[in-house]
Amino acid sequence: MNGQRRGKLKIYMGYAAGVGKTYKMLEEAQDLKASGIDIVVGYFEPHGRQETIAKTEGLEIVPRRQIQYRDSRFEEMDTGAILARHPQVSVVDEFPHTNVPGSERGKRWEDVEVLLAAGIDVLTTMNIQHLESLNDQVWQISGVRVRETVPDWVVQQANEVVMVDLTPGALLHRLQRGVVYERGKAERALQNFFREQNLVALRELALRQAAHEVEHRMPEEHPVPSPLKRHRILVLVTADPKTAMVIRRAKRVSDFLGAECFAVTVQNTGDLSGLATADREAIERHLNFARNLRIETRILEGDDVASTLVDFGRRNQVTQIFLTRPRRKTWPLAFSIDPAQKVLDLAKDMLVVIVSDRDPAKP
Amino acid sequence: MAADIRRKTPEEYLRECQAEEEAVGAQNKGHLKIFLGYASGVGKSFRMLDEARRRRERGQDVVVGAMQPQVPAEVEPLVRKLEVIPLKAGNAVDVEALLHRQPAACIIDGLAYDNPPGFRNATRWQDVKDILEAGIHVIASINVQYVAELREQVEAITGKHVSQTVPLSFIQCADEIEIVDAPPPEAPMDRPGEGMQEHAERLSRLRELALLVTADIVDCQLNDYLERHGIKQRVGASERILICITPRANLREMMEFGQIIAQRFHGELAVAYVKQGNISPEDQSALDARLAIANAAGAHVELLEGNDPAETLLEFARQRGITQLFVGHTQRTGIARLKGSPLDKLIWEGHGIDVCVFPH
Repeated sequence: MNGQRRGKLKIYMGYAAGVGKTYKMLEEAQDLKASGIDIVVGYFEPHGRQETIAKTEGLEIVPRRQIQYRDSRFEEMDTGAILARHPQVSVVDEFPHTNVPGSERGKRWEDVEVLLAAGIDVLTTMNIQHLESLNDQVWQISGVRVRETVPDWVVQQANEVVMVDLTPGALLHRLQRGVVYERGKAERALQNFFREQNLVALRELALRQAAHEVEHRMPEEHPVPSPLKRHRILVLVTADPKTAMVIRRAKRVSDFLGAECFAVTVQNTGDLSGLATADREAIERHLNFARNLRIETRILEGDDVASTLVDFGRRNQVTQIFLTRPRRKTWPLAFSIDPAQKVLDLAKDMLVVIVSDRDPAKP
Repeated sequence: MAADIRRKTPEEYLRECQAEEEAVGAQNKGHLKIFLGYASGVGKSFRMLDEARRRRERGQDVVVGAMQPQVPAEVEPLVRKLEVIPLKAGNAVDVEALLHRQPAACIIDGLAYDNPPGFRNATRWQDVKDILEAGIHVIASINVQYVAELREQVEAITGKHVSQTVPLSFIQCADEIEIVDAPPPEAPMDRPGEGMQEHAERLSRLRELALLVTADIVDCQLNDYLERHGIKQRVGASERILICITPRANLREMMEFGQIIAQRFHGELAVAYVKQGNISPEDQSALDARLAIANAAGAHVELLEGNDPAETLLEFARQRGITQLFVGHTQRTGIARLKGSPLDKLIWEGHGIDVCVFPH
């Protein structure tokens, strides 16, 4: 074994179940096998789709691992068995999957990281709605809050992202014929996620993301026409549940601009000890969330949130501050100034971005 | 990058398609499906033939009207299963023979071919129009290089002159368009010669262009869908930035940053100004200077009118599906703020629109 070579990751990206990601991936697996590559199927989700199942014929399948959780048995990918078998390439379906509690790792993409670190190449599949930074936009478009997400940096690390395309018309046709799901589930899907306007919008998102992924992997960095000053983005973390949305948005913008991104919370004790339990937990959760997206986090000490934040920004050459919307006030309460209002007043030398709510459109 | 498409508004594009359909009598017109690629070898032939196979399984009578002479080895058996209407001299599609044979559907590869002089049409895509009008479905393919409106961009990438093209409107009016995406062939790891690297980069740029053109076409389809179903709210699948001009706005920086964001996100940039009734001479000249900056940058400035500037701006933004609104910092502080500034209104009522407040 030639030690530390990291495996290559290829992601088949689609915009909905049934566009043909797994089919396409297995087609490639068959081609690789035919050309003499040692390849196994580490995980495959058949969903009862006959044409796709037929594509696994002749491929070695690593049996799944049985996991007992509460009163039920679950099956997950057996990462240990794949490592022991150590093929050149492993097929791993459904990249964003969350493993059942009791599994070694929480997420399938973390299992894939282990395979890659061991030098095994991986082919995998995912839909655009599982990309973390698009979570709010997807919610706005579809009304569905996707829980299983993959951080953007994981996708950025992939060697290749390939778009698997199908028109929404053809996809709906497949769904109606019962190719994608069995009938009852198909009907529910048609009423909800698979509305035509959702599919068209998600397809557009996927195409734009695929274009961005191509650009991101260009052989060399190209100078931007106008001299682009280095952007630094600062996010204020509070207990407000909308903080997660602001973090995602700031991260997406900083990724597209090639900017650095920090997330900070301001506390007068310099730590979280002085907070009520609910607030402390919310802030911890938001800081953790930021770190999982590879954003540097800090707890700043200060009595006044706005001035501490803006001072920190000035000292660190921050060019943009991202905030949640201030709470709407009514006249009698007007004297209690929201930190966001105060940041707007203090940071007149910086770009301040107030991230709006993205509630779903009414169907 | 593929911004050329957007010079035509979705409404114009739709009207064009409808006018065309009416002229033809859309009822018995054939259905056009186009596979869009960016290089030979990405798999368009395979996708067309696979489509033909599936249609045949459903009982459709499919023939080959035109196929490139050298198909990859793995698709050859697929071609052999189909009836082929041979090309005429000069690689022209035999339209008469197809119309006479009257299959349910036919495959026409390479939409951008020009016919030699003396044929019924000058180009192959016009042949396809005739075939569709005769009620025959067409499965076609084209590479992004041959889209007429993208010629300049493509020539800048490849350094080669493109002579045979298909108008974008023809592709946009297809009933279905699918992208055939695949990574470009990798340069050998051991000897990454300069030529190889440049070749790979050229292909990546064409690949990106193909994805973006398809995204723009899908965006038109989305707007068309929402309009047909009377859905007012436009959801943001792409970034749309609106720069708001005010007398003291640092417009240069806003424009520069707006252009960077629009370029990086492959989004759109709009500029608007809300007309004010009583405005001081100083403000007027400051405003004129800013309008001049916007015009010099090639931006079209929308002049909006309304009693409430913030509301007017928001209404325009909602209508255009704006996702980011660029405004200048407000001058007001303290007591004046308590009454609520236009900025507060933008922040509180701009649903789904981020408000970016710029330094002066």
